[in-house]
Amino acid sequence: MQQSNGATVEKKTRTDRFQYHDYYQIDDLLSEEHLLAREAVRAWVKQEVSPIIEEYADRAQCPTHLFKGLAEIGAFGPSLPAEYGGGGMDEIAYGIIMQELERGDSGIRSMASVQGSLVMYPIYRFGSEEQRRKYLPKLGAGEFIGCFGLTEPDHGSNPGGMITNIKDDGDAYILNGAKMWITNSPLADIAVVWAKDEAGVVRGVIVEKDMPGFSAPEIHGKWSLRASITGELVFEDVRVPKANVLPNVQGMKGPLSCLSKARYGIAWGVIGAALDCYDSALRYAQERTQFGRPIAGFQLQQKKLAEMITEITKAQLLAWRLGTLANTGKATPAQISMAKRNNVQMALEVAREARQIHGGMGITNEYPVMRHMMNLETVLTYEGTHDIHLLITGMDITGLNAFQ
Amino acid sequence: MKLLVCVSKTPDTTTKIAFNAEGTALDTNGIQYIMNPYDEWYALVRALELCEAAGGGKVTLINVGAAANDSVIRKGLAIGADEAVRIDAEPQSAMYVARQIAAYAAKESFDIIFLGKETIDYNGSEVGAMLAEMLDLPFISYASHLDMNGNTATITRDIEGGAEKVAVETPFVISAAKGLAEQRIANMKGIMMAKKKPLTVIAPVDFADPVVAVQYELPPPKSAVKLIDPNNMDELVRLLHEEAKVI
Repeated sequence: MQQSNGATVEKKTRTDRFQYHDYYQIDDLLSEEHLLAREAVRAWVKQEVSPIIEEYADRAQCPTHLFKGLAEIGAFGPSLPAEYGGGGMDEIAYGIIMQELERGDSGIRSMASVQGSLVMYPIYRFGSEEQRRKYLPKLGAGEFIGCFGLTEPDHGSNPGGMITNIKDDGDAYILNGAKMWITNSPLADIAVVWAKDEAGVVRGVIVEKDMPGFSAPEIHGKWSLRASITGELVFEDVRVPKANVLPNVQGMKGPLSCLSKARYGIAWGVIGAALDCYDSALRYAQERTQFGRPIAGFQLQQKKLAEMITEITKAQLLAWRLGTLANTGKATPAQISMAKRNNVQMALEVAREARQIHGGMGITNEYPVMRHMMNLETVLTYEGTHDIHLLITGMDITGLNAFQ
Repeated sequence: MKLLVCVSKTPDTTTKIAFNAEGTALDTNGIQYIMNPYDEWYALVRALELCEAAGGGKVTLINVGAAANDSVIRKGLAIGADEAVRIDAEPQSAMYVARQIAAYAAKESFDIIFLGKETIDYNGSEVGAMLAEMLDLPFISYASHLDMNGNTATITRDIEGGAEKVAVETPFVISAAKGLAEQRIANMKGIMMAKKKPLTVIAPVDFADPVVAVQYELPPPKSAVKLIDPNNMDELVRLLHEEAKVI
């Protein structure tokens, strides 16, 4: 298979033996359409992602051909209205799709959640009708790849301190600054960029890739999300037409509402990574014999497996309840923050325990566990670090801001 | 073009099979059900492709089963079928299923009736032939390729050690083998549209099932491997003769 960068990737068949685990019969709470969506995305992941993901992660290469497939199954903006390129589904369906994608790989889920939650969603929610019609159908169909620029080299957990800025210049704004850790940026056709205007108010602008002065260099050397491409956004006197400013939002609530949407997807998504690790560990423990019997029969391994499925079950219930709240517009940013923090930490711990159960095999790419574990280190940090999410809950319950 | 696709619900391929204590029925506890892959991947998809190539037509799904089968039927609608009919009965045998589908199909005029070459649960491969007989239609089994030219179908059948190519005029019944089409995965738009497509439930016709399953047995468990010293050929021959009874 010849890739666009000239590298050749062998088509190696890997058998994906994953089976779902639903210890508390949460499926009974889901609709027919949720279950169909889950089955479809799982079939797609088994067919398209599992056979190739280890090789792409090994080579730190993004399987860019999957963007088209993600669009075809409807993974981009599934909860946006169909007339704007979305799927018209509910928030639980969106969560389930993210879960199945992340069961394959957190990087593949990131490709979809950036496109849907961080690019399509702000254009839908804050964009003009003209902007919606211009960009959303193409983004939903995977003809355009989008990225989202908020984090800066010196402003990560404190995005409100951003220095990227726009200055009025007649029919356009002049954009200057730089953004860092931007998923999909080197491939992106458009970037939704957050910048301060001359009054210091955060505004959203849509930057197109061929605008002079705009570049998006790739960041290399990641030990995590290796199958996802990450880069910077650099703006040197980029003239952005005023028609490209998102008209319907001012201030940090713009980017923060996008982050709530994406964090919601992560709270579901990481359950997929955890399930894949647990499923692999359970099967390995039942098949691997030491001292003349399967290691699953030893108490220390059972403790690990029992704790893993317990924590996964709790996370599933948390995600489901959050989904029902989100469906009626009642999920608060603080509730979403709690689920993101809890579920990512849960998934990371499950991955680490699963790695131990696999023994030496757990460090190889014969099993998906160490890839998930390394991916989850990123997920623990991006979209609000674990620590920041603790402070969000802390502020919510005490009324006192511990950030500053 | 008016096409009927018979779909069956089967346990997922990873199911661990167990029977009830008396051995008279499958223990359905904890079983995940799927659409029979030969029905879904090959029969249904080829039917959809024919309508797409013809620029029109209608693909109807039919299933004989209880309301719990609706989710499997809905998946077929999500993949692209236009409508579905469920005959509300718990089938006991292939003959019962064939009789019910024949009663429905006799009132419609389908150009082609598709089904999978077998269901992956009981591997009967019987419904197609019975259905064709009841409807007095030609039956082409194990089809791995199908081309239409007007009303004439050219079909490649998998036969032992080779292939056979046959020509047949519509209407006919065809059972689908691997190769007839490629699996399609439902997308989110299809899943949302499936909710709005008609799924009609009809009552079964009276038919006393002549076949009853009396007993199920699991195959004997695999015994442990016996290693024999290469210098001890007499012992190998003795075991093959007396224990394995193969020579």
